[in-house]
Amino acid sequence: MSAHAPTDSSPAYSTTTPPELQRVPLVLGQRSLGWISDKISSIVEGDTPRWWWYAFIPSFLIATLGFAAIGYMITTGIGVWGLNNPVMWGWAIVNFVWWIGIGHAGTLISAILFLLRQKWRTSINRAAEAMTIFAVMCAGIFPAIHVGRVWYLWYPLPIPNGNDIWPQFRSPLLWDVFAVSTYFTVSLLFWYMGLIPDLATLRDRLRVQALRLTDPAAKFINKAKQALYGFFALGWTGSNRHWSHYEKMYLLLAGLSTPLVLSVHSIVSFDFAVSQVPGWHTTIFPPYFVAGAIFSGFGMVLTLMIPMRSLFKLEEIITERHIELMCKVTLATGSIVGYAYGMEFFIAWYGGSPYELYAFKNRAFGPYWWAYWIMVSCNVISPQFFWFKKVRTNMVAVFVLSIFVNIGMWFERFVIVVTSLHRDFLPASWGHYGPTWVDVVTYVGTMGFFMTLFLLFIRFLPLIAISEVKGVTPQADPHHELGGATREGARG
Amino acid sequence: MSRAHGILAEYPTPAAAMAAAVRVRDAGYSRWDVHTPFPVHGMDEAMGLKNSPVGWFTFLGGLSGYTGGMLMIWFMNAYHYDIVVGGKPLFSGFYAFPVCYELTILLGAFGSILGMLILNRLPRWHHPLLSNLRFAQVTHDKFFLVIECDDVKYDEARARALLQAGADHIEMVEDD
Repeated sequence: MSAHAPTDSSPAYSTTTPPELQRVPLVLGQRSLGWISDKISSIVEGDTPRWWWYAFIPSFLIATLGFAAIGYMITTGIGVWGLNNPVMWGWAIVNFVWWIGIGHAGTLISAILFLLRQKWRTSINRAAEAMTIFAVMCAGIFPAIHVGRVWYLWYPLPIPNGNDIWPQFRSPLLWDVFAVSTYFTVSLLFWYMGLIPDLATLRDRLRVQALRLTDPAAKFINKAKQALYGFFALGWTGSNRHWSHYEKMYLLLAGLSTPLVLSVHSIVSFDFAVSQVPGWHTTIFPPYFVAGAIFSGFGMVLTLMIPMRSLFKLEEIITERHIELMCKVTLATGSIVGYAYGMEFFIAWYGGSPYELYAFKNRAFGPYWWAYWIMVSCNVISPQFFWFKKVRTNMVAVFVLSIFVNIGMWFERFVIVVTSLHRDFLPASWGHYGPTWVDVVTYVGTMGFFMTLFLLFIRFLPLIAISEVKGVTPQADPHHELGGATREGARG
Repeated sequence: MSRAHGILAEYPTPAAAMAAAVRVRDAGYSRWDVHTPFPVHGMDEAMGLKNSPVGWFTFLGGLSGYTGGMLMIWFMNAYHYDIVVGGKPLFSGFYAFPVCYELTILLGAFGSILGMLILNRLPRWHHPLLSNLRFAQVTHDKFFLVIECDDVKYDEARARALLQAGADHIEMVEDD
């Protein structure tokens, strides 16, 4: 209630929020609806920037090198990797878990933040979902080539083999096959469904641009693009009857993706937790893996978004507020991960199993102590800087810290996989593990593959959800003055 | 041969389009639609649309995913070629659960998407409105209301009068 007496033109209560309670708007500069589609579509429609080629060519070459290393491994045998008894799961599984974890931030942003009505997600969800899909593709490479004889890759599919034997569903590895392939399929469909209205935007813009073209070659290219974007836009007309079903479908997909994303990394953690190996056989694994996954994923989202927003001049759509909010999620999940590290040690001592206790002492002070302490400093210490607004609003600092998060989470997977395996129950079977050049080239190659796909995505598809960003502006609200509402019906 | 598809009115703001939608709804038309660049809050009520039944498709998809998964695993591991592994039971709902959980989500997602496409009659390769150049702004920043000529209540002069308030432009759309 405001203190001033009501006059006949103003309502009895104040409709304006006091300045200290007003939030920074999601799109800065009071931009019009048309500006949003012009700005985002111009990235796809404009000429290829020079920096894009500088990023694309090395990425593509690195990816090619990675696939060559995979080809070498397949034709020679799995012995070209550093795997040996007792460390049978090396970099391949480390990389698999790392990549799939990165994907989780995309689904958290697209599904969980949607259900929680966090409107700020609209500026970043498209690119984050693309990141998910490409990260899961990179992840999927590793278990596929890790089977050694890739021509038996179809064995986990529900098809009987030559002896009429079916896959064995008691194995968590088979659960993982279903979890990861469902995750990839649903993420891809969710992303594509979100793209439909924006593909229609690009199609309609091409129709208007065609009027200005006179050159027959340019006309043909325009027609071809129209056909391609139009094909994938499925004949979208922005009909409200369609929006009604579409929004319900989007809500349901978000509702399905939420338990999905939580289950995927839980099932990945079952690959470890269901075994008997000390250091793996723990009940904390599912929540600990999920928190770590979201933590690493937000690290990667920040690594990608910060250069992207400045290269494409998107600071008004991906604002400082967006970056700050992502830093806060990173801080929260990073602290959960830190808590999990502490709890693991506590249970190793409190549980009374000498093997479990040894596994943890060995982690921190054994031959792989350096990996453990890199992990702790990157994952537990570096996100703590995000308590400070000065750090959260300094883009260079956030970028550097996000790289540390990526490194730390890779080392977490390394610590879990390698230090647990290299010394288990029987000292006679202890060993040491190190990667070969093939391991390294394959891993770096997947980074090149990821960047190649991501650069193609930002070149050819709208990297921000145009229709969704329009929907969160005040001009889109029919009850807001900017949305055309009259004074009596308007909210402040 | 081109024939008239309907009458198209263009509005500059969501509020103007919504006010027109309320008038058209109250006039009792049935073959008409509002086209907007993004879903407008409250437009479903303004048009008198009911809650979308997409959820039923999701439910059917999810249900068949779960039961299909359980049946598949039982058939493969306990019936058609049963092998005892580690002294564990041939079939148990516990070990089968993770896979069935994923299949519930997978088929539920297929159901939702299929439901949306079926209810919207999509994909469609041609629509009379997509040949109209003014209508290209529908995915940009303009709001449109279309009353089709097939509507039993359709009368051009009356429809024009109904759409007039707040509209920037009114024209007839041909179906070629």
